[in-house]
Amino acid sequence: MDTPVVHHGAMFDTNELVINMGPQHPSTHGVLRVVLRLDGEKVVDADVVIGYLHRGIEKLSENRNWTQIILLTDRMDYVAAATNNVGYCETVEKLMSLEVPRRARYVRTILCELQRIASHCLWIGTHAMDIGAMTVFLYAFRERELILDLFEEFCGARLTYNSMRIGGLPLDLPPGWDRKVLEFCSVMDSKVDEYEELLTHNRIWLERTKGIGVISGKDAVALGLSGPPLRGSGVPKDVRKDEPYAAYDEMQFDVPIGTAGDTYDRYLVRLEEFRQSLRIIRQATEGIPEGPIVGKVPRLIKPAAGETYHAIESPKGELGYFIVSDGKSTNPYRFRVRPPSFCNLQGLRPLIRGHLIADVVALIGSLDVVLGEVDR
Amino acid sequence: MAEAPKPPSDATPPEAAPGSAASAAAAGKPAAAKAPGAEAAAAKPPPAKAAAHPPPAAAAPTGPTEPAPPAGLALPAFITTLQRVVPGSVSHVSYHLGDWTIVVPVAHLVETARHLRDAADAVFDFCSDVTATDWPPRAEGRFDVVYCLYSTRHRHRVRIKVKVGELQPVPSVTGIWPSANWLEREVYDMFGVNFTGHPDRRRILMPDDWQGFPQRKDYPLEGPGELLMENPLDWLKLRQAREQADIE
Repeated sequence: MDTPVVHHGAMFDTNELVINMGPQHPSTHGVLRVVLRLDGEKVVDADVVIGYLHRGIEKLSENRNWTQIILLTDRMDYVAAATNNVGYCETVEKLMSLEVPRRARYVRTILCELQRIASHCLWIGTHAMDIGAMTVFLYAFRERELILDLFEEFCGARLTYNSMRIGGLPLDLPPGWDRKVLEFCSVMDSKVDEYEELLTHNRIWLERTKGIGVISGKDAVALGLSGPPLRGSGVPKDVRKDEPYAAYDEMQFDVPIGTAGDTYDRYLVRLEEFRQSLRIIRQATEGIPEGPIVGKVPRLIKPAAGETYHAIESPKGELGYFIVSDGKSTNPYRFRVRPPSFCNLQGLRPLIRGHLIADVVALIGSLDVVLGEVDR
Repeated sequence: MAEAPKPPSDATPPEAAPGSAASAAAAGKPAAAKAPGAEAAAAKPPPAKAAAHPPPAAAAPTGPTEPAPPAGLALPAFITTLQRVVPGSVSHVSYHLGDWTIVVPVAHLVETARHLRDAADAVFDFCSDVTATDWPPRAEGRFDVVYCLYSTRHRHRVRIKVKVGELQPVPSVTGIWPSANWLEREVYDMFGVNFTGHPDRRRILMPDDWQGFPQRKDYPLEGPGELLMENPLDWLKLRQAREQADIE
């Protein structure tokens, strides 16, 4: 057979292919759209398109009074709603120079750490499922359910908790709740080991995550990554340690950091955070002081004119609130959220460049974004 | 309650001036010449409104409170170094609730940012947030663009702030902190701040063909509603006509 050379060349002509991934794609964890430019299976460039879940929470908050906003913050990072509540309430307390009772600060710490575990459960389940390990998803959601039960008992809701008030807590702990939290901790200890057995030395997992999406600590800081994606690159930045809020200054815990800055190290960091969170929950639950749950809060919340920025460490990274009060109206003049997912997602484009298309889902999962928070 | 959505003509006094400036500014968005017109429109309604609602004194706040640091408090070393190394970079220093804020003239923004990132006593290598605040009636420019910085080495924070007018160019700091890329896009999307030298200045959260800038104080909370589906310009015209009728 004589195959003409011209025909041969045309057959193997390599044009760049543009593929649209999302916004309705199971691996994009919501409504993220990524426009990929491919050379064969390799990603040459990507454009990350967001905004499909934009509800104007910032604008809405500027037209609601200070207490009503707590409810809106639930709708940002909806897998860690209590953390958002705490961040917002602490910012307003800072703006009003309010003293929060020690008991309330302890409960906040417990809730924040329970949320971290719940959020990481959801992350490990979906991330592993994206890469092809179905079992972990079922295991992790089983444990997440236990945390949702604890929250349901505390505040009556399972997803959007509205579980904080400016100056303290809406309700005291139900009787026996602390015992249940400790029981959960002892259950969870062995479950984290289970996840680890399933994944850490799993050859397929190693192949799919080691050396994928490597970012140096310097680049990660410049790109504004925070939380586990930053700590996976070896930068020990954790707001809980650096600028302690709630009762973190009284807790003993370590900040795990990675070395390689790849998907595997980000996984290891989060896995260790499970254990550190359990350690914090145990200390806080055992040492929880008696006393009032709300500080001296004026009936009408109306902070004096001024502006402030306050950050906390959400499961995704640095969650900051920049709030301006004009001192005259009962709503904030400017309400701005620094969503960690938004800033972490910005790192997706440099991370996926040069990788295979199959790694894109691994990297989206590894950044652990929640689109409700990205778009607000 | 204050939270009930209401037509701008019925706005409470603090919102009255921006509410009426709304349509003018939104309609005349691309034209610089429109700005004085908007000012005039904004200046007119409050007396009429004041008659309807007796108590209010001031209409809209004209700027943030920027308290100077208390007398006994020394400036942090990085600010004094900045003042020495980059002359003219600091027009005001403010201290409130433990946060330092440096007000910087737009002309010195990039130079100041680079110094704050590189100087050994500052090392603000982490740009955690870029945002803006809108103060429509202010004479020196309606926007405050705020950069929240953090140092992963010294673990301190500072905010820098520039005051800019509606169409005044603001140099992008993406060359200094790549993280500012999306954050500046969001500020452009929501406020229409005119960033220059930005590598990718597109809208980020709103649709690409959106009219107006939603986070501005004169943009109504309810948005353009169904009219946007037909033609966004109709909505702006309709609003402007309503405002005109209101004034006369």
